[in-house]
Amino acid sequence: MKKLLNLTFAILFVSSVFAQGDEGHKSLHKVPSVKLLDMDGNEVNTADLGFEGPVIISFWATWCSPCKRELNTIQDLYVDWQEETGVNLVAVSIDDERTKNSVPMYVDGKGWEYLVLMDTNSDFKRAMGVNNVPHTFLIDKDGNIVYSHNNYAPGDEELLYEHLLELVNKNK
Amino acid sequence: MKTTFNAFLASVLTFGTFAQQNGPAINGNIETTFQYLNDDPVIEATQPPQKGLLNSYMNVFYNDGKFKAGLRMESYLPRIQGYPSTFDGTGLGMRYIGYQNDFVDVTVGSIYEQFGNGLAFRTYENRALGYDNFLDGARVIIKPGKGLKIKGVYGYQRQAFLEGQIVHGKGLVRGLDAEWNINSFKDSWKDKKLNVTIGASFVSKYQKDDREDLVLPENVGAYGGRIAMRYKKFTLNGEYIFKGQDPSFDNQEIYNTGHAAVINFGYSQKGLGIMLAAKSVDNMSFRSDRDEKLQNLLINYLPAMNKVHSYNLVASLYPWATQPVGEIAFQGEIVYTAKKNKKLFGKYGTTFNANISTAYRPNRDYSVYNPLDSNGIAYRTGVFDMSDSLYWRDVNFNIYRKLNKALNIRVSYFNITMNNDVNKVAAYGKGYINANVGVLEVGYKINKKHSLRGEFQALFINKVDEHVVDVNGDTTMQRVLNDRGNWITGLIEYNVSPHWFFSVMDQINLESQASVYSVNHIKEEGVKDTDIFGANLPGVHHFYFSVGYIRESTRISIGYGRQRAGLFCVGGICRTVPASNGLTLSFTQSF
Repeated sequence: MKKLLNLTFAILFVSSVFAQGDEGHKSLHKVPSVKLLDMDGNEVNTADLGFEGPVIISFWATWCSPCKRELNTIQDLYVDWQEETGVNLVAVSIDDERTKNSVPMYVDGKGWEYLVLMDTNSDFKRAMGVNNVPHTFLIDKDGNIVYSHNNYAPGDEELLYEHLLELVNKNK
Repeated sequence: MKTTFNAFLASVLTFGTFAQQNGPAINGNIETTFQYLNDDPVIEATQPPQKGLLNSYMNVFYNDGKFKAGLRMESYLPRIQGYPSTFDGTGLGMRYIGYQNDFVDVTVGSIYEQFGNGLAFRTYENRALGYDNFLDGARVIIKPGKGLKIKGVYGYQRQAFLEGQIVHGKGLVRGLDAEWNINSFKDSWKDKKLNVTIGASFVSKYQKDDREDLVLPENVGAYGGRIAMRYKKFTLNGEYIFKGQDPSFDNQEIYNTGHAAVINFGYSQKGLGIMLAAKSVDNMSFRSDRDEKLQNLLINYLPAMNKVHSYNLVASLYPWATQPVGEIAFQGEIVYTAKKNKKLFGKYGTTFNANISTAYRPNRDYSVYNPLDSNGIAYRTGVFDMSDSLYWRDVNFNIYRKLNKALNIRVSYFNITMNNDVNKVAAYGKGYINANVGVLEVGYKINKKHSLRGEFQALFINKVDEHVVDVNGDTTMQRVLNDRGNWITGLIEYNVSPHWFFSVMDQINLESQASVYSVNHIKEEGVKDTDIFGANLPGVHHFYFSVGYIRESTRISIGYGRQRAGLFCVGGICRTVPASNGLTLSFTQSF
C-alpha cells in the first residue's frame, strides 16, 4: 500500500512537471531559488542575483584542484570578459564546515574578483543537479540556463567564452 | 503512511493550483555507476557473487520561487563496492514538498538542514560515500524581519534504504534554532564596519529506555550559542554546544555530559589570506539511536580540523577523522600571492601556501570520581583542557608558479604524523606513523585544445621495532618500515578540450612483495598479489587507466585497474571512490 502511494506520488509529480513543459514556451531550465550567504554573511537569493547581464555560476571547493585551475584561469581573463560581455561570475563553494573557513583565505589570497557564495550543506548544489565539481553554468539575464559543462580541462574556458559571446550577440 | 498520504494530497494541490506563479524551474541529475570486479586481497577488495554491481539515482526538483518539491529514485542492484550495507533495492529514497515566501519557508518530507556550524544538528547526504541521514518530518523557517531567522525541525532520521524503502531510526529528533544579524535591525547599522550575527540552537532526541540494567535518559538535549563577527578584513566566529547525559555504545555508556566548541579567525586582503582555528570536543557523539555506530544516525557534525588533500598518496593512505569521544585540535593556514618582483616571482606571480594542523587527546581526570559510585560519571575534563598526547599533526606547504602561457608547476611537501593506535586507519601500522610526502605537479598546454598534466608523488615512512621470525623460527627485534612502507605515484593525464580525457596512473608500493607480505603479516593471512599488471615488476603496483567523454553536462567515463579508496581527482573532476579492482563505468547527467 505504501509502495503504491509512493509510486502514485512519483508519477503525479513527474507528470505534472512535464505537463508544464508543454504549456509555456519559456524554458523550465532555470536557476532555482536557494538562499545562500556570501563571504560577508549577507543573504543572497540564487534566483535573483541582482546582476543585469549574463552570469556564470561555477561550483568549486578548496579541495578540488581542477575547480581552482578553472577559476584561476578565468581570473586572468575576467576583466576582458566583463568589458566585452558584462558577465559576472558567481563562484559557489561547496566546502562544508571542515574547510569553509579556508574559502575567504583562498579567494583573497588568489585575488579573485568573483561573487563567492557559501553552499555549506550543498543545498544549491543539490537543487542545480550537480553531481561532481567543477560544474559550470552559463545563465542568461532572465535566469535561464543556456549552457553547462561538467569538468575542467585547459581550453574549456574558451568554449565557455564562445557560448557567452553567442548569448550576448543574440540579445543585441 | 500518513505522511506519504499528506504529501500526496499536498502535491495535487500544489501543482494543480499555483504552479505557474514565478517562472518555474525544473532541475535534476542522474548518476549511474556500474562495476565489474575482481578479487583483490591487496587492497581488500573482493569479487561479489554477482560479479557486476550497479548504483543509480535520479533527482528531480521543482521550484517556482514559491512552491518546491523534489524526489529521488534510488537503485542498488546491488550496491557498488565500498558502499555501506544500508543501501539496497530500488525505490523512492527522498521526497519533499514545500512552500516559501519572504516570511515563511515550510517543508514536509525529507529535510537537509544545518544549525550554525553543525555541532548540534546537521543532516546531509554524500552520494559518493553512501551517506544520507536526512530528517523525515517537517521544517519551518520564519523570517520576521530585522535580520531574525528562526528554524524548527521535527522528525525521524533516515537510517537505511532497504528493499527500496526508507528505514527510519528509532529516535525522534526535535530542533529549534534562532539567528539574528544585528546589523539588519536598523537601517543605519547596515553599513557599519562591524557586522555581528548571533545564534542559539536547541536539539533534543527521544528514545525509549529499553534496558533493564541501566536507567537511561529518554530525552537527551544539546544546546548552545554562536557568534560571528566581521570587522573590515577580519572575521571571528565561534560556537559552543553542550550535550546532556547520553550513555551510548560510542561512550561505553558513561553518564558524562559532552561539549563541542570551535573558534575560527580569519584575515584576508587581496593577495593574502590567513586562517586560524581551534576546536575542543569531548563525549560529543550524538545519534538518534544510542546503540548505533559507524556513520549511522548522526545528528550532529564534528568536522576534522585539517586540510582536505587532493593528491592521492596524501588523501588516501593516512586520512584523519574527528574523534567524537574527544579531541582538541588546532589549525592555521596562509596563502600569499607574490606579484611585485617580476624577476623573482615571474610575470604571473607565485602563490605560496602553508598549512599546519594538530589534534591532541583531552586531559581527563579519572581520580575525582569514585568508580563504585552509581552516578556513572567516568572522568572530569574541561573545554580546551588538553593533554600532550598527540593524535595527529600535518605540516604542509606548496608553491605554485605559472612559468609562461603554456607551462605551470606546483611543488608540495607534506609531513603527516598520526597515532594509528587511536584511530586505526592503517591496518598494518604500529603506533605513530610518520610520513614525508613530496609532490611535483606539472601542467603543459600544448595548444588551444590539447593539454597534458603530470604528477609525481613520493611517500617515505618512519621505521618501527618489530618482532620478525626468521627461517629458523627464531624471533629477533628489527627496525622495519612502518605499515606498508614507502610509496610512489605517477600520473599522466591528457585532455582534449572540451570532450575527451585519457589518464594513466600507477601507485607503487616500493617494498618488494616478499618483504611487504612477510614483515607486514600479509603472508600469514595467505594473501597473494593477483594483479594482472606489473605482477612481475618490483613492488606492488596499482595501475589505473581511465578515459572519459564529456559533452556539456553529460559525462561518461570508463576506468580499469586497481584503485585505492579516497579522493580521486582525475579527468577534470574530483570525487570520492571506494577501493576496487576491475572495470568501472560511470555516467552522469545534469538537467
